[in-house]
Amino acid sequence: MRRVLLLLPLILLLAMGVLFYRGLSLDDEVPSALVSRPFPAFELPSLTDPDRKLTQDMLKGEISLVNVWGTWCPTCYTEHGYLMELQNRGVVIFGMNYKDDTDKARQWIAELDNPYKEIFVDDGPMGIELGVRGAPETFLVDAQGVIRYKHEGDMNERIWQEKFVPLIEKIEIEQIRSGGQ
Amino acid sequence: MIPELGQLSLILSLCLALLLGIVPMIGSYTGHRNWQALAKPLAAGQFVFMSMAFLVMAQAFATDDFSVAYVANHSNSQLPLAFKLSAIWGGHEGSLLLWAYMLVGWTLAVAVFSGNLPRIMLARVLSIMGLVSTGFQLFMLLTSNPFTRLLPYPPADGGDLNPLLQDIGLIIHPPTLYMGYVGFSVAFAFAIAALLGGRLDAAWARWSRPWTIVAWIFLTMGIVIGSWWAYYELGWGGWWFWDPVENASFMPWLMGTALIHSLAVSEKRGIFKSWTVLLAISAFSLSLLGTFLVRSGVLTSVHAFASDPARGAFILAFLIVVVGSSLLIFAMRAPAVRSGSGFSLFSLETFLLVNNVLLVTTCAMVLLGTLYPLLIDALGMGKISVGPPFFNTSFVPLALLMALTLGAGVTARWKTGAGQYLLQQLKWVAIASVALGLLTTFIAHEGFQIRVAISMTLVFWVVLASGKSILNRCRHKSSLWVGLKAVPSAVWGMHTAHIGLAVAIVGVLMTSMYGVERDLRMEPGDSVELAGYTFRFDGVRPQQGPNYLSDYGTLLVTEEGRQVATLHPEKRMYNVQGSVMTEAGIDAGLTRDLYVALGENVGGDAWAVRIQVKSFVRWIWLGGILMSLGGCMAVLDRRYRMRVHARKTEMTDAVGAAARV
Repeated sequence: MRRVLLLLPLILLLAMGVLFYRGLSLDDEVPSALVSRPFPAFELPSLTDPDRKLTQDMLKGEISLVNVWGTWCPTCYTEHGYLMELQNRGVVIFGMNYKDDTDKARQWIAELDNPYKEIFVDDGPMGIELGVRGAPETFLVDAQGVIRYKHEGDMNERIWQEKFVPLIEKIEIEQIRSGGQ
Repeated sequence: MIPELGQLSLILSLCLALLLGIVPMIGSYTGHRNWQALAKPLAAGQFVFMSMAFLVMAQAFATDDFSVAYVANHSNSQLPLAFKLSAIWGGHEGSLLLWAYMLVGWTLAVAVFSGNLPRIMLARVLSIMGLVSTGFQLFMLLTSNPFTRLLPYPPADGGDLNPLLQDIGLIIHPPTLYMGYVGFSVAFAFAIAALLGGRLDAAWARWSRPWTIVAWIFLTMGIVIGSWWAYYELGWGGWWFWDPVENASFMPWLMGTALIHSLAVSEKRGIFKSWTVLLAISAFSLSLLGTFLVRSGVLTSVHAFASDPARGAFILAFLIVVVGSSLLIFAMRAPAVRSGSGFSLFSLETFLLVNNVLLVTTCAMVLLGTLYPLLIDALGMGKISVGPPFFNTSFVPLALLMALTLGAGVTARWKTGAGQYLLQQLKWVAIASVALGLLTTFIAHEGFQIRVAISMTLVFWVVLASGKSILNRCRHKSSLWVGLKAVPSAVWGMHTAHIGLAVAIVGVLMTSMYGVERDLRMEPGDSVELAGYTFRFDGVRPQQGPNYLSDYGTLLVTEEGRQVATLHPEKRMYNVQGSVMTEAGIDAGLTRDLYVALGENVGGDAWAVRIQVKSFVRWIWLGGILMSLGGCMAVLDRRYRMRVHARKTEMTDAVGAAARV
């Protein structure tokens, strides 16, 4: 009987192995579940002006990024400089301040500068809607407010050039075509 | 040409590792002495070729050989030499090379310093390490070759090392941490070898102990350095983030700590043996798990290397093979019979058992918190992220319970233990601790705080109980001094490490309870007062560094009109990657750090400035250093030194005898 008990660690390991194996393949699955769906509806307060409510409608009209961040997230700090750089290049970025202390978040923006056009504050529900696994995450949203791509991890020049730029060009071409018809 | 020599060395090293993994192991079963004896030379040969590969890599970095892809991606001609060399482990391939090199180094160390091990045991230990080494070197050559070339058109200059990593902290943090991770492979190999031989005895525990402690010292220091680096380099004064990769280093540490304590019981009392073996397997498995988490992209983290599914799949398979086969051996060979010798409720065994349960529970908690998002995701139940609040609320009570057990544990005796004895011994210690704990919270300027009272009581409890335990040892000696001198170094080490824990608790508690911070806009000449200090902003001027441009700020700090410090927070703009890094200006002190970080220029000469006074923050790392120091004292104890000495005499005798013949 005790021999069976000694097998317990092995069984635990195998269960974890299955989990990790799923984890390895999950990376590809997550975006596909959201891509091509409209950005989920929301009505959340603005970080800079808590009385003002922001909704998914603000995402419509032009191609934009929605960046999920928090002051508790070291990688967000690392990517912040690059977001500023993108803003300087004219990229529209919206921020979703995720599960954060809003005072700290305002300090962060004041101190590090603000790459975002608007920032909305979420305590968790929106993160679940969006399938946020950990900050930072960045969504590419087209002019109709439809999610076209999701990137997990920090934004940098390589990711931008390899993943975002080709897709943005494709979306722009689509728009010109549909506009022309 | 030279990089190809590096690759060739790596391949030769792999061949030797494979031989080491097979030949001595078979020899240990068939009884071929010379097959067993091959273990040592194979370990040495493996080390020689691995050293060559590592030197070739160092040479490629030092001479800016950008035809090597890894060098081109992680170094730059403008980088100072020290950073060029430390850039070797600044990315995935190179850090793997360092990891494999260290494993080979530990293998050689076991071969050299274990002369008194039975031949079969040594052959098996080295062979097991050879198998692990084979796995890592295969991983490197198949998925992450550090010597891949960018030919025929090498770039003119490199992409530069991540500026976050251009720091003294990076030069020492990863190697120290890896030494710890990899060091647990020795305890692991000893455990598996003992299982295979069916010899889980006191001797096995005695052999494992010093190796485990040395690995644990490295891991402790690695974590301390990492935390200190995050504190001054990331620029907002945090020192622990419960980041998945931090957790990945903390879990083996918790298991290693449990292992050290459990090995003591197995050696002294011959019990808990299956448990100890399981801990040895777990500590190393968690080190491997850490590697998997960092390199597979399963979890996102600041530490994550560029992830690649092929790498993730390889490490996962490797992890399952190594850990799965060891757990299978464990299930088949571990003694299933309960050891005969019992112990009473208030004995040292009980307290060490509780200590183990607490440490393993903490580890399980950290593991759960780290993997929970993945688990929920894999079950298709939606997506969540686990933040510091979860870890803090579960960790703090467990840590305090550990401190409570510790005080009683250092007082309790082996096997027999009456509650009466403990009560009599610890009555005054308990009263004094509560009194001092309450006193601290009233002295601190913010009035009574229950969290401070409880934590400080436990801190004093640990320190006083340790002190009392040392005094007890001196009671029957002619004088206190004679008594203190007779206390073995291992016992001093134990108490030093325990007091280190108390010191670290003080640091964590005081920083979180009494630290203050302000964010404000400052123009040259502006002053602000914080916690009794006056900070005057003297403006920012540009400064040129070796490979960056810096906004160099100056703040003058005075206390009651007396100058205390001049702080220079910086913002550095690194030329090649164009990224901006904050360097905090810090004035370190035993009871407080003055910490200033520069934000953005907010128009004209005005800057956003974050000022923090962090009470007792140094104590967190001081505690860690004391723990490591305690470990060193334990390893340097006479009983280990005498064995080395005895072997030396044996050897000189043998040499003498040989010379006479």
